[in-house]
Amino acid sequence: MIELIKVNKSFGSNHVLKDIDLTVPTGQKLVIIGPSGSGKSTMIRCMNMLEKPTSGRVVIDGAELTAHKAPIAQVRQSVAMVFQQFNLYPHKTVLENLTLAPIVVQGVSKEEAEDSGMAFLTRVGLREKAGEYPAQLSGGQQQRVAIARALNMHPKILLFDEPTSALDPEMIQEVLDVIVGLAEEGITMVVVTHEMGFAREAADRVVFIDEGRILEDGTPQHFFEDAQHERTKLFLSKILR
Amino acid sequence: MFDGFIQWLGNLSLMFSSAKWASLGDHLGLIFSGLGITIVASVLALALALVLGIVFGVLSASNWKPLRAVARVYVEFFQNTPLMLQVVFLGFGLPIVWPQFNAVPVLMVGVIGVGIYHGAYISEAVRAGIQSISKGQLEASLSQGMSYVQAMRHVVIPQALTVVLPPLTNQAVNLIKNTSVLLYIGAFDLMYQAKSIQAANYNPGPVYLVAMVLYFCLCYPLAFLAKRLEDRAEAAQGGGQA
Ligand SMILES: Nc1ncnc2c1ncn2[C@@H]1O[C@H](COP(=O)(O)OP(=O)(O)O)[C@@H](O)[C@H]1O
Ligand SMILES: [Mg+2]
Repeated sequence: MIELIKVNKSFGSNHVLKDIDLTVPTGQKLVIIGPSGSGKSTMIRCMNMLEKPTSGRVVIDGAELTAHKAPIAQVRQSVAMVFQQFNLYPHKTVLENLTLAPIVVQGVSKEEAEDSGMAFLTRVGLREKAGEYPAQLSGGQQQRVAIARALNMHPKILLFDEPTSALDPEMIQEVLDVIVGLAEEGITMVVVTHEMGFAREAADRVVFIDEGRILEDGTPQHFFEDAQHERTKLFLSKILR
Repeated sequence: MFDGFIQWLGNLSLMFSSAKWASLGDHLGLIFSGLGITIVASVLALALALVLGIVFGVLSASNWKPLRAVARVYVEFFQNTPLMLQVVFLGFGLPIVWPQFNAVPVLMVGVIGVGIYHGAYISEAVRAGIQSISKGQLEASLSQGMSYVQAMRHVVIPQALTVVLPPLTNQAVNLIKNTSVLLYIGAFDLMYQAKSIQAANYNPGPVYLVAMVLYFCLCYPLAFLAKRLEDRAEAAQGGGQA
């Protein structure tokens, strides 16, 4: 379970997140939608403390990350993140990308990390790329490796920050297919995306954020058919056109 | 003008006359012991410079302001004062305020001086190397639960090394040449021996020529290696590293 309680975040005088209250129950698939610059990345990055809130609390499965001396690194082991720019380790092979953190952070044996790593590579359809380097892969393949890397931590929560925004159009679907597959499991997922089809298909809940405030919060159906705010309707009219 | 040229040739042949070469031959042992000292001083100073350079380079790339400030003071001070002055200060100035320092062997005084000086330059190369690695690499590592030190060790520094290696090798070349300041504190290095043989025998031609060739033999292989590493780093970047 993820709890953001009265979270504010400012960069200098730029007040980016304004009193965000959001609870994501275990197992929920939450999609976050909003215009560019509205604070989506900042919000999802507060969930694993890559951004520290200026005020307010972040609580993951009961552990308060905003507390003094919170066990942030430990909690991060169960909160995996997939980035817009993939951020694979370019000096490591695909399989090593999957096994590095389990080995050095979780103390898993090399064999065990490689076995589960190969299983996740198979799952994202890249078993035969295990020995290659990220630079040899297409963008879509790199992002699938990044997802497998996240899964190999055996996380309870998966955070995606615009996982398909850096991809060529023909590669978006292969990555979305993998994420939709994951959504069928019990894992908690938070996905920032502009892919409205994905939101309709895979989300339990859609949150719309604009200028650092949550404007809409409900089912996908509520969001697409029954939005309350003018700004939401304006956004939808632009993006669905 | 032609006469002038003839005269110059005459002087040149005098400078390199067989008698002058012979007087060098008598002192070859000193030249090679000087070479030995220069090599030892270079290796020790390089080791010190690498340790200082990596520590202060990582500090100046860190997010922690007080540590960054300390690293900046170190780098700016030693980069912006002459090496010769630093070494002479260590050798002759420091013992006055701190007599115990007299017990440090002259060679070590030189090693410390040259090591600290080049540590400042290496620190800058290391900082630039770390900062050339995209912030996403550190964030990905942290997001997987790594500590800052683990992220540096397993992800950032291995990548930065490829970037840092060519300038580091160039620094090693400069360091070897700069050990010649040990002359000023009387550390019996190659430069010191060359100068004293020359002073006793008045044979600067052969002595300095041989000294130059020896410095060249130490430095050129490293300079060659630096060029190769640079080409390789460029090729790797052209190959589309993500
Ligand atoms: N590290 C940062 N430093 C300063 N300003 C930032 C930083 N990250 C984000 N911002 C600012 O915060 C606002 C929200 O950014 P972001 O959360 O990335 O929006 P989104 O992901 O919705 O496009 C923008 O105005 C952006 O310029
Ligand atoms: Mg964003």
